[in-house]
Amino acid sequence: MNGMNDLRALRGQAAIVGAATYGCGECPGHSDLELLAHAAHAAVADAGLTMADIDGIATASASAVMWSLPVIEYLGLNPRYIDATMLGGSSFIAHLLPAIQALQAGRCRAVLVCYGSAQRSATFGRKEIVHLRRFLDPQPYEHPYEPALPVSAYALAASRHLHEFGTTREQLADVAVAARAWARLNPEAYQRGPLSREDVMAARMISDPLTVRDCCLVTDGAGAFVLMRANEAKARAKDRPKPPVYVLGSATAVWNRQISSMPDLTVTAAKQSGAEAFGMAGLTPAEVDVVQLYDAFTINTILFLEDLGFCPKGEGGRFVADGAIAPGGRLPVNTNGGGLSAVHPGMYGIFAVIEAVRQLRGECGERQIAGATTALAHGNGGMLSSQATALLGTEAAL
Amino acid sequence: MSEAQPQAFYQAELDAGRWRIQRCGGCGRHVFFPRVGCPHCGDAALDWVAPSGLGTVYAVTTLRRKPAEGGDLNVSLVDLDEGVRMMSRIANQAPAAVRIGQRVQARVETKDSQGLVVFDVIDARPTEGPA
Repeated sequence: MNGMNDLRALRGQAAIVGAATYGCGECPGHSDLELLAHAAHAAVADAGLTMADIDGIATASASAVMWSLPVIEYLGLNPRYIDATMLGGSSFIAHLLPAIQALQAGRCRAVLVCYGSAQRSATFGRKEIVHLRRFLDPQPYEHPYEPALPVSAYALAASRHLHEFGTTREQLADVAVAARAWARLNPEAYQRGPLSREDVMAARMISDPLTVRDCCLVTDGAGAFVLMRANEAKARAKDRPKPPVYVLGSATAVWNRQISSMPDLTVTAAKQSGAEAFGMAGLTPAEVDVVQLYDAFTINTILFLEDLGFCPKGEGGRFVADGAIAPGGRLPVNTNGGGLSAVHPGMYGIFAVIEAVRQLRGECGERQIAGATTALAHGNGGMLSSQATALLGTEAAL
Repeated sequence: MSEAQPQAFYQAELDAGRWRIQRCGGCGRHVFFPRVGCPHCGDAALDWVAPSGLGTVYAVTTLRRKPAEGGDLNVSLVDLDEGVRMMSRIANQAPAAVRIGQRVQARVETKDSQGLVVFDVIDARPTEGPA
C-alpha cells in the first residue's frame, strides 16, 4: 500500500469545530501573545469547548524560535500533542495533516491551531527582523546582491511568468482589484476603499514589475481554529449552532528555500501539494466551490491557480483577467479580500483556512458563496518555498 | 581553509579574485551554491572547477531605491552555461535595460576586500523570446 492510499483513509476523519480571528487590521498596544490568546479563546468558545479540553497545540511565529513554549504557558495548556513546525506562512495549513494523524492515533482529542502577530503596531517591526535575519539565518549567496526579500524574489518570479507566457501587467493588477472588490464586502477587511487596475499600475513601484498594490498588507491580526475527530464533532454537532467543517485532504511540499534555488520560477511546489491534497480528498478543481490562496503578491494567485489545476500552466493571467475571480466572476477566490486587502500580519495561511470555514458555515454575509460545500485553502511560505494545500467540506461533501 | 568548509572556501577564492564552483565527481553535474555533498546524487566528492563565466539572464527585477539608499538596483537570476543558476547583478547596464535572455559574462568585483561575482551583458539581444 502506498502513502497516498493510507492518506485517503483519513479523508473526512477530522473536522474544524471552532474558528475565530482577533485584531485584524490595526490593533495597537497588544503583544503577539495577547492577540493570539484573544483569537484562541474565541475559537475554543466557538467550538463549545473550554481551554481545559485542548490537549493538542500547533503554532508558529516569524520571530520567536521556541514559540510553542510561551503559547502553552500563556494559555495554561498541558498538551499531549505539540507541533511547532515553522514553514513560513503555509505553516498553519501544514499543521493540519499531522494533527489529523495525531487525533486518529488517539494522542489527543482537541488540537488548537493558532497564530498572532502585532506586525503593524509593534515598535520592533519587520524592518528590524529582516535586518537580524541576515545574521541569524544568513543567505550568503543572495544577501550580497541586496535583494529586498521577500518582494524581489516574487518580482523575479513575476518577470519570468510575464516573459514565458505573455502574462500582462494588467492581469497582475486584476488580482489586486478582485481582492479589493471582495474586501469591500468584508467588514473585517483592513483596506476597503475602491481600487482600479489603473490605481494598481500607477502605484509606487517596489521591485519591477510589482507595485506596492501588488504586495500584501502589513497588519496586525490573529487567528485560531480547533480540530477534533469527525465522529466526536458529528456527535456534538446536534447541540452546536455551527456545523463541523471536515478536512477532506491536505498535503505539504517544499522544493527550495531561496528563490535562486527554485527549479522553475513558474512552477511552485503547490503542484505537488495540490495533487496530493486533491488525491486524498478524491476531488477535482472543478468540484471546488470557493478558493482561498495565500496572495502575498499578485503573482502568487496566478501561480497557485495554475499549479493547483484551476487552469493550465501559463493561462493564470488570462484566467484572472477582467474580474473573473472577483465577486460575480467565474471562480470566487480570496473572498475575504486576502492578504492583499483584508489581513496580513506576516504569515497569512491561517486566515485562508478561517475564511474557508466561514464560507462553508454560511457566515459570510454579503460575500457568501451560496450553497458552498467545498473549499480549498492554500498556504505559501518563504520565497515560494513551502506550499500547503487543504480541501475542506461540509457534511454534504463527505 | 579547505574543501570541508565550502562556504568559506568559495568566499576566500572570490576574495583572491578567483571564481570556482563545484562539480560532482559522482554524477558529473555542476553544483551551486557550494555544498558538502551533491544535492543531486548524494556523492560527497565535489571538485572545484572554473566555470566558463558565460550565462543567460533567467529572471530580472529592478529594486526601486531612493538615491540615498544607493539608487535603483538590478537583481537578476543568471543561468550559467554549466547548468546551474545563481543570483547576481548585471553591472554594465542601467537596471531598466536588463532583459531576460541576454547573454552575460561573469567577473569578480572586489569591494572592501570581498569578492563578488557580477555579470556584464555581452549581447544585448535576448537569445530567447516569449514561448
